[in-house]
Amino acid sequence: MTARVLDLPRAAKRDGAGGLRLPRALLAALLPAVLLAGLEAAVRAGAVPANLMPPPSEVARTIIYLAGQGLAGHAAASTLRVALGFLGGAGAGLLLGATVALHRGARGLLDPSLQALRAIPSLAWVPLLLLWFGIDELPKLVLIGIGAFFPVYTGVTSGFAGVDRKLVEVGLLYRLPPPVLVGRVLLPAALPAILTGLRNGLSLAWMFMVAAELIAASRGLGYLLSDGRETSRADIVLAAIVLLAVLGKLSDMAMLALERRLLAWRDTHPETGART
Amino acid sequence: MSFLEIAVEDKRFGGRQVLRDLRLSVRAGEIVSLLGASGCGKSTLLAIVAGLDRDCTARVRLDGRELHGPDAGIGFVFQEPRLFPWLTVADNISFGAGLRNAPAQAVEALLEEVGLPGYGQALPKQLSGGQAQRVAIARGLYTRPRVLLLDEPFSAVDAITRMKLQDLLARVAAERGLSVLLVTHDVDEAVQLSDRVALLERQPGPARAVLPVGLPRPRARGGAGAALLKRQILAHFEVDLAA
Repeated sequence: MTARVLDLPRAAKRDGAGGLRLPRALLAALLPAVLLAGLEAAVRAGAVPANLMPPPSEVARTIIYLAGQGLAGHAAASTLRVALGFLGGAGAGLLLGATVALHRGARGLLDPSLQALRAIPSLAWVPLLLLWFGIDELPKLVLIGIGAFFPVYTGVTSGFAGVDRKLVEVGLLYRLPPPVLVGRVLLPAALPAILTGLRNGLSLAWMFMVAAELIAASRGLGYLLSDGRETSRADIVLAAIVLLAVLGKLSDMAMLALERRLLAWRDTHPETGART
Repeated sequence: MSFLEIAVEDKRFGGRQVLRDLRLSVRAGEIVSLLGASGCGKSTLLAIVAGLDRDCTARVRLDGRELHGPDAGIGFVFQEPRLFPWLTVADNISFGAGLRNAPAQAVEALLEEVGLPGYGQALPKQLSGGQAQRVAIARGLYTRPRVLLLDEPFSAVDAITRMKLQDLLARVAAERGLSVLLVTHDVDEAVQLSDRVALLERQPGPARAVLPVGLPRPRARGGAGAALLKRQILAHFEVDLAA
């Protein structure tokens, strides 16, 4: 038997040979930097009232000040709520989505009702959750869970429904038992849609965390937002918004890294593949 | 002595009948091609033989044993490679062996056999169409089937690659003593590879004719005997052309 060095075709280079190309991170930072500089100039020139829109430099100072006043605790409280709510909602979405996708009886029984529930704006649950669970942690986690549930559920069901029949036939040809067919064919084939659902679910979990904390909380970034509004401190509101953006982006980057790792086999074009 | 016996009484899609009273047999080590117009049920027939389509009235016997679904004795190479994009070439080839660790030597030997040594750790996205189809053939052979079904397996590759793959199939089938049932649109391919060519009717019904090829192997392309047989086959289809 002879062994040969394999010379596989390399992926196309992302950047062409010609033209000036900025590093991606620099390119991504360009627009916010220009906007922030413009805003700073506009506020300092008096074109924008500083009490409504403080300059970015003041927001930065506020963040530094709040860092010494327990900002990390607020961020941690919000992050923990998102993590717990997302785990519960996404876990339920994965479980129910897979059950509905893989079992015809469960599909007939559960899917119409879940689709009807999906049509309800999730914030409409808030009064009921407050009635049922009071203003403690539980209603917040349940609301975040509801927010995360439906994107994950939809991702799972659509992912399984979209599996290529031809690949399933290969599995059937080799007489794979149903659980093995799910594990070796259906799940990997549905994974792109499932991961997209998880990513969307995480994004909505952050949104619903803010809604939950705005309603009733004594800690968290939503509480800071509410506190800033009540004390007419736009700089605190903006500081909280900046932190929410940073935390949301960080969690999304983590999910994207997981997606890239699990879906490295996908044959996507380097310029259009999921990397945003 | 027939090794694979096929008898399809009735196969319908919705109300439309696509196969009726079609009987076919393949002897051990024999290559039989199925030729016929598009939509005459050739691929459906292969799906029935493979046990993938059981919504029909049909009987398939392999070496005297009646089959009631997919069987380890029958391999299938589809029109498209149908490789699992998340598995390496080696894992695709050994897919039918289950979760057990496939012997790397067996996979590598097959890769050598289909002309892709060293490609075991490649992903399908790194392969050309011809290479992917070679991997599909290797997967079809991995479980050591006694019958190999091929559904227009070379239709999507260029002419040179097609000839190479045809030679590969002829060599592998001869070396392994495989019985082969090949669906093709290509009369030259049928003549080049087959021991017999079954011509299917456009309308559901028994085969129009089953012609023995009778040319010695290995076969050179474009020989006088092949040209004569090709004319005979095309003559059978002239009725369709005139219609």
